Amino acid sequence: MKLTCLATPGSGGGYHAPASHLLELEGLRLLLDCPVDLSALAAFAPVPLDAGSGDAGELICAVPYYRSPAVAAAAKAGGVDAVLVSSTTGMLGLPFLTRLPSFANTKVYVTEVASRIGKLMMEELVEMHSQFVSFYGPDMDGIPKWMEGEKHSKLMSMLQKIGIEDERNDLSPLMPLYSAANIEECMQKIQPIKYGQEVCFNGMLMLKASSSGLELGNCAWSLEGPRASITYLPNTVFVSAHALDCDYNSLKENDVILFSDFSSLNVMDEDDENLGENAMLCDDSVSRDDGVGEDENVQILCKNDDIAEEIERISFICSSIIDAIKSGGSVLVPIERLGVILLILELISETLHSFDVKVPIFIISGAAEKMIAFTNAVPEWLCKPRQEKLFSGEALFGHVELLKEGKLFMFPHLYSKGMLAAWKEPCIVFCPDMSLRHGTVVHLLRRWHADKRNLLILEQGVDAELALKAFMPVSIQILECSFLSGIKAGKVNPLLTVLKPKLVLFPEEMKLRCPLKEGAPWPCLYYSKGKTIEVPNTRDEFEVRLAANVALGLQPRQLDGTVAVARLRAKLHLSNGQYMLVAPKDQTDDQTKRLLLHWGAVDAGRVLLALLEKGMSCAFSGDDVGLVGSERSILVTSPGDALVKITSERTVIYCDDEGTSKQIYDALGSVCNGI
Amino acid sequence: MAIECLVLGAGQEVGKSCVVVTIGGKRIMFDCGMHMGHHDCQRYPDFARILSATPGATDFTSAISCVVITHFHLDHIGALPYFTEVCGYNGPVYMTYPTKALAPLMLEDYRKVMVDHRGEEEQYSYEDIQRCMKKVIPVDLKQTIQVDRDLVIRAYYAGHVLGAAMIYAKVGDAAMVYTGDYNMTPDRHLGAAQIDRLKLDLLITESTYAKTVRDSKHAREREFLKAVHKCVSGGGKVLIPAFALGRAQELCILLDDYWERMNLKIPIYFSAGLTIQANMYYKMLIGWTSQKIKDSYTVHNPFDFKHVCHFERSFINDPGPCVLFATPGMISGGFSLEVFKRWAPSEKNLVTLPGYCVAGTIGHKLMSGKPTKIDLDKDTHVDVRCQIHQLSFSPHTDSKGIMDLTEFLSPSHVILVHGEKPQMAFLKDRIESELGMPCYYPANNETVSIPTTHYLKINATEKFITSCTAAQARDGLEKANLLCGNHLSGVDGDVKADEGILLMEKSMAPKILCEDELLQLLGTERHSVQFESLLSSRVEEVQTTIVDDVVSEF
Ligand SMILES: [Zn+2]
Repeated sequence: MKLTCLATPGSGGGYHAPASHLLELEGLRLLLDCPVDLSALAAFAPVPLDAGSGDAGELICAVPYYRSPAVAAAAKAGGVDAVLVSSTTGMLGLPFLTRLPSFANTKVYVTEVASRIGKLMMEELVEMHSQFVSFYGPDMDGIPKWMEGEKHSKLMSMLQKIGIEDERNDLSPLMPLYSAANIEECMQKIQPIKYGQEVCFNGMLMLKASSSGLELGNCAWSLEGPRASITYLPNTVFVSAHALDCDYNSLKENDVILFSDFSSLNVMDEDDENLGENAMLCDDSVSRDDGVGEDENVQILCKNDDIAEEIERISFICSSIIDAIKSGGSVLVPIERLGVILLILELISETLHSFDVKVPIFIISGAAEKMIAFTNAVPEWLCKPRQEKLFSGEALFGHVELLKEGKLFMFPHLYSKGMLAAWKEPCIVFCPDMSLRHGTVVHLLRRWHADKRNLLILEQGVDAELALKAFMPVSIQILECSFLSGIKAGKVNPLLTVLKPKLVLFPEEMKLRCPLKEGAPWPCLYYSKGKTIEVPNTRDEFEVRLAANVALGLQPRQLDGTVAVARLRAKLHLSNGQYMLVAPKDQTDDQTKRLLLHWGAVDAGRVLLALLEKGMSCAFSGDDVGLVGSERSILVTSPGDALVKITSERTVIYCDDEGTSKQIYDALGSVCNGI
Repeated sequence: MAIECLVLGAGQEVGKSCVVVTIGGKRIMFDCGMHMGHHDCQRYPDFARILSATPGATDFTSAISCVVITHFHLDHIGALPYFTEVCGYNGPVYMTYPTKALAPLMLEDYRKVMVDHRGEEEQYSYEDIQRCMKKVIPVDLKQTIQVDRDLVIRAYYAGHVLGAAMIYAKVGDAAMVYTGDYNMTPDRHLGAAQIDRLKLDLLITESTYAKTVRDSKHAREREFLKAVHKCVSGGGKVLIPAFALGRAQELCILLDDYWERMNLKIPIYFSAGLTIQANMYYKMLIGWTSQKIKDSYTVHNPFDFKHVCHFERSFINDPGPCVLFATPGMISGGFSLEVFKRWAPSEKNLVTLPGYCVAGTIGHKLMSGKPTKIDLDKDTHVDVRCQIHQLSFSPHTDSKGIMDLTEFLSPSHVILVHGEKPQMAFLKDRIESELGMPCYYPANNETVSIPTTHYLKINATEKFITSCTAAQARDGLEKANLLCGNHLSGVDGDVKADEGILLMEKSMAPKILCEDELLQLLGTERHSVQFESLLSSRVEEVQTTIVDDVVSEF
């Protein structure tokens, strides 16, 4: 088994662009996640370009290009057999891949919900991109001019800065975006699955997705091959306020864990004090090591501290929103996390109500209406408290009530029909566009940026200075927030203790941040981006199931007190990743004709005795000199003529009569080790 | 090994579905239904038989590994609160998300009918239903659920009603499917049953329509709409006795759509808030409806009916035409009976009945012959002068569907439940003669034992696996055949057997290896045995000399 890490996440701790890997096992090549890196977008000037405002001078005024290290590497490898996707953001790069001819037969596995939401996100991306195209006109002839100039190298060095790593300057190339037709083509290759559904790939691998807790439809993967079971563990949240919690029970006792949650590396630019606290948490679990029972580790995982913090952060956002509104300002929320938007909507409606503030809330996005409606019809994919809402007949999310009460409005564009009639300032606008580069956000920022009563909420990790460059000078208040993106460092060791792996593949970068438990029963291999590591098989042998009726027909031969052998004739099948030996269809095969296996020295004297015992007339031949170690010959005269030559490694039976030669063969078998 | 199958209900009858299956020491109860036609102890399965069939078990929790409910119809779930809250079963209960959401409505509706209208002593309380449902673990389709270390279950789409599932269960190598009720053709709001090709020792299937083959659905729908339209345009009232869930939504989609097309203004009523509330559940569970509905649903939810409104009790005697959905179905009591008593005497009115009514209900009486008078009890009679329309579409598969599913799954054995004895006998003969599978249809409280195939877990060396794979590839076997998807492959191929040596060592798992691997392991050399013709022994020396000469020339 071989693992190559293709990409490690940049900003957002892996939420917006998760890590991606290439895994080779049992002759199959699998791509794990296929994200796209949208950070390049910040280097392009926003559209519509407005010369009057801000400093667009340093920004590239052209249709943006995008990069995806996963796509570049998979294409370089010449194709993959399958892609396993663990999140909606992990599928945004797929249409780049599936439009290549070498991926015509690639199968893509994604959860039903992730594929539905992912498709809406891809379409939204294409829609937003089309604003650039309609502004600049399509790139007609090949590579655009800016890509050959200074701006390109500047962009590449900027990307290098964003993507922390990449000392070796091997950034994957920039590509033009895919089209709506590419998305359709990509969706054709997707096999949507449920949590806990076992699918068999290529007869050999059983694949299973389990909820990972970060977002609706996100999953960890179990890959069960004939010689090893592997967990692909992306960003994981144990207690969620909207998505189904991480189902770590279904990952227990897999042999290998590919640990791919980099979120603790990105702990939201926390200061050193906080870092120390995290390291301590980690140490804490190390020191408590063997005394900790599984239950205690499970308790550590299930503690809802992470989600309590997340709710606290979101409450803080809500109170900032209320402050801005009360001062007469409007609020722009260009955050792209579905879960966060759903939670803010719920909390803000409570907060608005309790302060008796009445302002309209807008979601302006081409995908919003479908996505929001969809979230109220997927109870199976939600956390247990929300599932309880189904069972008591309540709506799954607060937005259903907001819509019914006419407090929440959804429009695809600012210029959509009905928008003007509903519009009233101050207001709260959600508009998923982190990079602040597309129509709606650009328009609203230009309208609101100069008033300090207004509020802009950005996700930390976005380069705010670069993002706002085109809107300078800005007086609008800016709130930078961070959100829960995965496992906290302190929960890594308890998780591994519960999962009981035989081997852990861990990111090199996280060695320091989260030292693994010393003296842990699981060995560890460290991987780093761009390098291939060889992963040893945990089992050398294959597991096979032998049909009981075949086993009953065996004729074992005892070799010594503890060892017996038997010749086995059966048909080998591969079914659902399981090798099976069943009785062959054609059982009339004449076994007596078969040359069986013999071993060890054969004593010619004992052969002679055995022949005589069978009533044959025979003797050592005249030429036979009887020297030890050389050839001995036995001449048979009755029931037929035959000559048997015996050396230390070989016996040759010269005989034209089938009956006689069979008798000689049987006699030989009776004095010789064989099977 | 064997699968023991104890039929506690729906054996040679329809009602109180309940089958207890024992596989490899695990005991699963499929469905826990009640019989609508009985009002005595026969209404529930005879649970005591489980304990007497389980030596050593002192209570139901220790006797049964899990209960799985296929769908929310009372003849499949009606006895569950009784079993968990009165009999004290405390182990896991599984059902799909929609069943868990909708079953309490059905149970409470029926409990009310029993207690409030019939004045019977209640078998379980409202709180019992709530407590019972709290214990239920909801499952999604196709999800593999590990009940315990050895027992695995999985639900497949069954059509029939929202959330109906067929259940696959596996312990070790023994596997089976229990279908519950299913429909092999899609209807207005549900898709057709869907299942993987599985390797099964046993299939337990419903057989409501063991002998019936149905024709086009559209014709039957048109017939229904025509009858309803004719009645209301003549100023009559249409009574549609139905349970709150399932048929009600199906017919409502049909009527709402027809009203829209024909621009009709006559009111369609639901008798209780229940069905309106139920539609709210249907909206959240739209993922469980048919693909067509799912696709069409982006903004408008098809369960937002335009022409349907709430019915007040005082409307019963109002003049003028209307259509009324009233619970319970089959006119087994409650409000539908109350309305029936008022409306049945007028020849202008219409009562539509489902394709199947349980014996003992008024619906059943109306369907058998054409009675002009129905005796409710000693003193109460109802004159029946209204039209009776029997709906000939049903959410159950017909006999062709049963045969198709059975052939598709190709189990080693088949057991029929949920049907009527003569029809079941007919179907059994067909399954045995046409499909060549042993088939049984035990009566209630009978047990059938099914033998199963068994496999031993052994190891194989990489070399053995590669040599087999290589040999099979060499024999012209397509790679796709050996490395096929979800089913045992190559079984039918005329391929030579693979050969290896099974090594059995004390306290180690048996292992298959190749001949030379064995020799290596034993630290010994092969002693080859050859056959030659007698003649060649004489020429051999000459040949050797020639070869020697050739060699020496270089
Ligand atoms: Zn049913």
